[in-house]
Amino acid sequence: MTGSLAGRVAVTVAGWAIALLLFFPIGWMVLTSFKSETAAIVPSLAFAPTTESYAEVQSRADYLAFALNSVLISLGGTLLSLAFAVPAAYAMAFHPTTRTRGTLLWMLSTKMLPSVGVLVPIYLLFRDLGLLDTRTGLVVIYALMNLPIVVWMLFTFFKEVPNDILEAGRMDGARTGSEVWYLLLPLALPGIASTGLLSVILCWNEAFWSLNLTSSAAAPLTTFIASFSSPQGLFFAKLSAASTVAVAPILVFGWLSQRQLVRGLTFGAVK
Amino acid sequence: MASVTTVLGVPPAPATRGRRFNGLPFVAPSVTILLLWMIVPLAMTLWFSAQRYNLLDPSVAGLAGLDNYRFLVTDPDFWASLVNTLVLVGSVLVITVVAGTLLAVLFDQPFPGRDVARLLAISPFFVMPTVAALVWKNLLMHPIYGVFGAVARAVGLPAVDWFAQFPMVSVIAIVSWEWIPFALLILLTAVQSLDREQLEAARMDGAGLISQFVFIVLPHLSRAISVVVMIETIFLLTIFAEIFVTTSGGPGNATTNLAFLIYARALLQFDVGGASAGGVVAVVLANVVAFFLVRSIARRLEV
Repeated sequence: MTGSLAGRVAVTVAGWAIALLLFFPIGWMVLTSFKSETAAIVPSLAFAPTTESYAEVQSRADYLAFALNSVLISLGGTLLSLAFAVPAAYAMAFHPTTRTRGTLLWMLSTKMLPSVGVLVPIYLLFRDLGLLDTRTGLVVIYALMNLPIVVWMLFTFFKEVPNDILEAGRMDGARTGSEVWYLLLPLALPGIASTGLLSVILCWNEAFWSLNLTSSAAAPLTTFIASFSSPQGLFFAKLSAASTVAVAPILVFGWLSQRQLVRGLTFGAVK
Repeated sequence: MASVTTVLGVPPAPATRGRRFNGLPFVAPSVTILLLWMIVPLAMTLWFSAQRYNLLDPSVAGLAGLDNYRFLVTDPDFWASLVNTLVLVGSVLVITVVAGTLLAVLFDQPFPGRDVARLLAISPFFVMPTVAALVWKNLLMHPIYGVFGAVARAVGLPAVDWFAQFPMVSVIAIVSWEWIPFALLILLTAVQSLDREQLEAARMDGAGLISQFVFIVLPHLSRAISVVVMIETIFLLTIFAEIFVTTSGGPGNATTNLAFLIYARALLQFDVGGASAGGVVAVVLANVVAFFLVRSIARRLEV
């Protein structure tokens, strides 16, 4: 909207200033993670960089256990919801009926149920089924939680696959299973990958069910980081190092998938 | 997939005739598990909300009727939590939508390094809530060790003990920081689909920057803004982790929102009945928003 040189300079300065301001807490966290514990409590840029906090965090065997829980639960939840969503999205995208629209919207509406509204029954069910503090429990919850988004995203990606190719396969006598496996999946692979990525991001950062349903054995990184909130856990450098490691992979995933993210998070309502 | 059809005992559709495809075995598994996931816990919440049920005290039992609800509406903590929820949701919505709209227009302008600046600006959205809250609480807002305190002292102001003096403002700041990037991301996508020729024409006709923004950009964004408002509302109604690791609802009940109140009733006081009554209120609140969201998305849906 601006053409003049002064305008361009103003836009550049404002854009970078705001970007750096929003990123500052993350940048400061990374910086603090390279301080020693005594330097970390002094808010200063002058310090001798050290990786001792990382070494200390990594050397705690339980840190790796928490990280492993995060990986297994995120991947497990994502794969489980994909397994249910691919057939459903396939049928709705390529063989729509009069009920397809209603089904999609109904699935979406289940996402509106606030988790806290069902905390009590889920907690009691999990207690009675022995699922409290188990990875299986969280995998099931996350798969269900993300299923509507996953179906929805896959549906929009599948719609972009030309039906002619699948039709041709069908004419050549491909059964539905092989049609999906050999024709649809390779063609829609980028879309499936970004759907999976969004699901992993959402699982990784989920902090309501993980805080309420896990304590130690199956606790992912969200729960582990929360344990730093107790007064005796006030170690800024270690908190920063553990947080940096917990955030870094998802931050990169998020940067890579920002476009698809808009599609997934708004259910295609914003293009 | 093949295994699904055999499990349900339904033969796959005839290979050569796509028209007679039976989609039920493909869609039914997803629909069934979602239905169970929704109906079973919801029915249990409703049932418990009409029961006297305390996990610690088995002698408390039997039908309570509407007692849990009566107790809830006469409890000042409940009303405080409702007010806190609305203050939190309302403030964060206003901050994120206003900031998100302005930033979307800004990051739509070409400038050197824009792509990198955009990545930095959207980053907070990908930080897990427990990390965001603890980094803000300890590294930034701590009155002695935090950056804000250091900056305040440097310019001669007294350091502020944010979570003691302004607990709700602190929580709003953290949550807004997490959600501004979301609003920015969605609204930037919408801004980019703006018809450039229309802007050009307006400029030819002598429209200034502000009238271009008010009469062309804002109307174009209205739909995306309503989607942002509704999606954020769904998430913000049940903000939990940020409060859990910073204030635990305090001091007093200054930052106890509905989600935290229900959590405290259920898992700290073991009052299943009372917590469930609160849960029903949360579900009703969310459904009011959900109704409008689903209707708005339905209008755009092409099947």
